[in-house]
Amino acid sequence: MAQHMNLTLKVWRQKNDKTKGQFVTIQAKDIADDMSFLEMLDVVNEDLTRLGEDPIYFDHDCREGICGMCSLVINGRPHGPKYGITTCQLHMRSFHDGQTIVIEPWRAAAFPVLKDLAVDRTSFDRIQQAGGYVNINTGGVPDANTIPIPKRIADEAFEAATCIGCGACVAACKNASAMLFVSAKISQFALLPQGQTERYERAQAMVDQMDAEGFGNCTNTGACEAECPKGIKLSNIARMNREYFTAKFFREEDVHTHN
Amino acid sequence: MSNSKPVLSSSLGRKLIMSLTGIFLCTFLIVHLIGNLQLFKNDEGYAFNNYAYFMTHFTPIKVVSYLLYASIVIHAVYALVLSIRNKAARPVNYAQFDGKANSTWNSRNMGILGTVLLVFIATHMQNFWWKYHNDQVPYIEYQTDLATGNTTSRVLEASEFNDYQVTVDNDVETVKARDLYKQVDFAFQNPLVVGFYVLAMAALAFHLIHGFKSAFQTIGVSHKKYVPIIEFIGVWGFGVIIPIGFALMPLYFYFIK
Repeated sequence: MAQHMNLTLKVWRQKNDKTKGQFVTIQAKDIADDMSFLEMLDVVNEDLTRLGEDPIYFDHDCREGICGMCSLVINGRPHGPKYGITTCQLHMRSFHDGQTIVIEPWRAAAFPVLKDLAVDRTSFDRIQQAGGYVNINTGGVPDANTIPIPKRIADEAFEAATCIGCGACVAACKNASAMLFVSAKISQFALLPQGQTERYERAQAMVDQMDAEGFGNCTNTGACEAECPKGIKLSNIARMNREYFTAKFFREEDVHTHN
Repeated sequence: MSNSKPVLSSSLGRKLIMSLTGIFLCTFLIVHLIGNLQLFKNDEGYAFNNYAYFMTHFTPIKVVSYLLYASIVIHAVYALVLSIRNKAARPVNYAQFDGKANSTWNSRNMGILGTVLLVFIATHMQNFWWKYHNDQVPYIEYQTDLATGNTTSRVLEASEFNDYQVTVDNDVETVKARDLYKQVDFAFQNPLVVGFYVLAMAALAFHLIHGFKSAFQTIGVSHKKYVPIIEFIGVWGFGVIIPIGFALMPLYFYFIK
């Protein structure tokens, strides 16, 4: 049998990105401990809707930890009190009856609040568009293993590629830096033969776009790595720095502009 | 030619400046500590005062010292620029922010630790560098019998002192020098000065435990074998041995000398 609990939620309510937001206290009653955090919010929203009030706006999509939409800072930590999971994978058994839970959106200039807890993360898309791609010829599916890649390298590229672009790294960083995200997106191609064509152009273009979006500067605290639901490693940031400085000092090439 | 942003106006370029000036300042600490170990010699400051003259008058050292002053200023100015930008990157703060769950206290407070160190450097240079360069330290004369190696010293009046001088006459070496050693002894009789110096060295320890390895991460070093070595040096060398070595100097003069 599931245990049931009553909780006090302090939820950030904000009409849109033009207005100032504030915390609103909402009671969550009779919450089962085997609900996910998002299901708890669903229950609260049902109640709010029945009362004729505006439900709490929050992002969610797959609810299985792969889409990276559920961007909540819960009691001061992105995705709540556990490590290595997204908010949808967080269960109410991580909380206790009578607890007060503070729920805030990702806070970064580059992630403007759309409404309540939902933020606009299209700055990440623009960084990706600046260089997070490979140019390949379309046509038939190539045979597997036509390009030999050592397993160790393939694994490392794959680990970088598991980044779901959720933005928890930015949310956790005291400087609101996006370097873990950008470095993962640079690394997944820099490591592989298919990514060599645009390698140095990519590093410059993506770092430029990251700066233009107004993300902060990494101070190597490691908070991003600790809070990343996919365990993206700090060594990716070192690799991004290597790629960028190599490009700048030794391999400077024109960066393609998209006008 | 590239139409991407110049490296020094990028986030990574600014971080590189922090990293390189930081590492340079770390190397200075090693030299400074080894040189200052002569304060522990019980020789009325003979070795230390000769060393002080050498460090302020040997041209290559002077060149490096100006690089050093520039590095301190650049490191502090870039830290300020980056901090302002980081603040702007998060215009609305979290009501609740559980930093200790994912990072160390010192890594999140490098700015505070650095500010303590900047105040310390200003105090430290006023106490010794400024006084030494502006004739506000006492003078001393050492006479060493070169046959026996015995050294005697006497305080010189300002009127008896022109410049640093080494003369040998009748197997007796006479050295006239500015007595920075006595100034050190004098400054470290003040418990407030001693307390502040020890506190600043604690700040130095925490600053470098994060800063040293962080500098290498910024340059892009990630290596299975070398990163653990860098981390070891950062913690035990720059986080323990060097700050304790420096902190022992005021404590030695206050409690033992």
